Amino acid sequence: MEIAPPTELSQIRESVRALCAAFPGRYWRDLEPSRYPAEFVAALTRDGWLGALIPERYGGAGLSLTAASVVVEEINASGCNAGACHAQMYTMGTILRHGSEAQKERYLPPIASGELRLQAFGVTEPGAGSDTTSITTTATRTASGYVVHGQKIWTSRAEHSDLMLLLARTTPRDEVARKTEGLSTFLVDMKAARTAGTMTIRPIATMMNHATTEVFLDGVELAADALVGEEGDGFRYILDGMNAERVLIAAECVGDGRWFTQKAAAYASERVVFGRPIGANQGVQFPIAAAYAQVEAADLMRYRAAALFDQGRPCGPEAGMAKLLASEAAWAAANTCVDAHGGFGFAQEYDVERKFRETRLYKVAPVSNNLVLAYLGQHVLGMPRSY
Amino acid sequence: MKIAVCVKEVPDPTAEKRIDPDTKRLVRSGENTLNRYDRHAIEEAVRLREGAAPGAEIAVVLVAPASASRTVDKALAQGGDRSVHLADDGLSGSDIVATSRALAAVLARDSYDLIVFGQQGSDAECYVMASAVAERLARPCVTQVAALALDGSSLKVKRQVETGYETLEVSLPAVISVSDAINEPRYPSLPAIMGAKRKPHEVLSLADVGLAAGDVGVDGSRTHVSALSKPPTRGDSVKLEDDGTAAEKILAFLVERKVVA
Repeated sequence: MEIAPPTELSQIRESVRALCAAFPGRYWRDLEPSRYPAEFVAALTRDGWLGALIPERYGGAGLSLTAASVVVEEINASGCNAGACHAQMYTMGTILRHGSEAQKERYLPPIASGELRLQAFGVTEPGAGSDTTSITTTATRTASGYVVHGQKIWTSRAEHSDLMLLLARTTPRDEVARKTEGLSTFLVDMKAARTAGTMTIRPIATMMNHATTEVFLDGVELAADALVGEEGDGFRYILDGMNAERVLIAAECVGDGRWFTQKAAAYASERVVFGRPIGANQGVQFPIAAAYAQVEAADLMRYRAAALFDQGRPCGPEAGMAKLLASEAAWAAANTCVDAHGGFGFAQEYDVERKFRETRLYKVAPVSNNLVLAYLGQHVLGMPRSY
Repeated sequence: MKIAVCVKEVPDPTAEKRIDPDTKRLVRSGENTLNRYDRHAIEEAVRLREGAAPGAEIAVVLVAPASASRTVDKALAQGGDRSVHLADDGLSGSDIVATSRALAAVLARDSYDLIVFGQQGSDAECYVMASAVAERLARPCVTQVAALALDGSSLKVKRQVETGYETLEVSLPAVISVSDAINEPRYPSLPAIMGAKRKPHEVLSLADVGLAAGDVGVDGSRTHVSALSKPPTRGDSVKLEDDGTAAEKILAFLVERKVVA
């Protein structure tokens, strides 16, 4: 299998890098602690990057996942943060794969143009965490559709999204044969729900600027056509979208890793202490070189997973491993970069501490690396379930 | 208004240039790309098209191996409407004389109001192609254009010269080369990149443009490279490590040579 980075993607890299050059470290520092990078997202939207994965017949670019992953990789390698908007690229995948033709025609073109934002994904709940099938948010049938009650947490970008893809239980857990059944996905018009007073969004202050929130759903009324796919099959749809998400996150981590290693290598080469560049010392140089090797190795798994996805082949283990390896590599590179910079690694004007905080997220989200290991141990290696 | 932008495929400028000792030609077997100076020419053409009457079009014209399709796509993504690509094995080894003959033959097939070049190629660092093509087409030519404005059937241009700028007016049809200071080229959006592949690509052979094999390539060239050598290293340079006194040392150096008083 070809796992080398496709060279025809160089034009995408050049254009994304050029766009990102207009948003230097100062821009991101000034956003801290919690202002949304609206100008950056607007620029990406204007140039069509967030519609990359939407097929051309619905107004998108119809890129492969491999090519789309290059977009987010370059964003993060440029010192920017794709986390502000990456979900606009992939959340629509549930509509694309499981929605009705009417839903695709109604929603995908405005999502591709950026007129409509679908970048809020309401799955996680305070009482369920990674145990998704234990969610307690319910969508109950009414005469005209559904009414939703419950609470979501860690719903990122909810304040900057028009639509939310929501997972709710439509059949009580004790009435289904398997706990993965009875869950359904819905498209929620957030503006309408907030106006009606049935949805409340509360921002959560975090260690990095990620616009994450908790969302309270107190009788949100949904029309019947808000249901995506078949009622009760929602958990399968959510799982189905995770591979694309993980490959994109892996690419972002590769981008972060490249940023950290290049920043560290440049600093170690120019910073002179005891009469020579600090990078001339093996204690400084080798960790940077080791981090570089780790990032490059993770990158190969990212391309392998993306290639399998693009060929329509199963890629669950590879997508999980790509996210696992890339997030660990980025984190190793982040720590190495801080070490190489010494005190300056903690100074805001160097951007190292900001990127350090941002990349830490991906060891935990969108899925904990421990759960990736649990999946590999149980489903790939055949060991007993470990959780 | 019909505009032709002549572009060139060059070796990746970030890679070290290598000369094949047998052929004495630049090695072009690595990654190749669009000459960066030509991006300014395309950008200027796009700006002219934006200000022109509806129907204005930009043809991207190049003489390059058949494998240059990625370079063609890049030029079209940046704003060209169609491409005209002369690709023929017989072109290999062409010098400026032969390449300008080939380009002129391609350009003569259409009635372009304006032919635009970048200021130079980043491979051989040649600045004269615009002049050579203009001579063959018997068109007026202005090089190193730093600003331009369309004024009816003529162009008002500001030309960069050693002592400052010249302001000239040139009637169309004409040939110009633009300096890399004339604009800041836009990078293409994703729809523009994807749309490039759907634009018309015309691929021509030497016979299509009325040229024989002997008109171009080594046989059609008037120069012959007999030897190549690297420039001699400068023996009188001094490398300063900045220990906090570098600025003083540089100043003393300049004062000693009476560069500054």
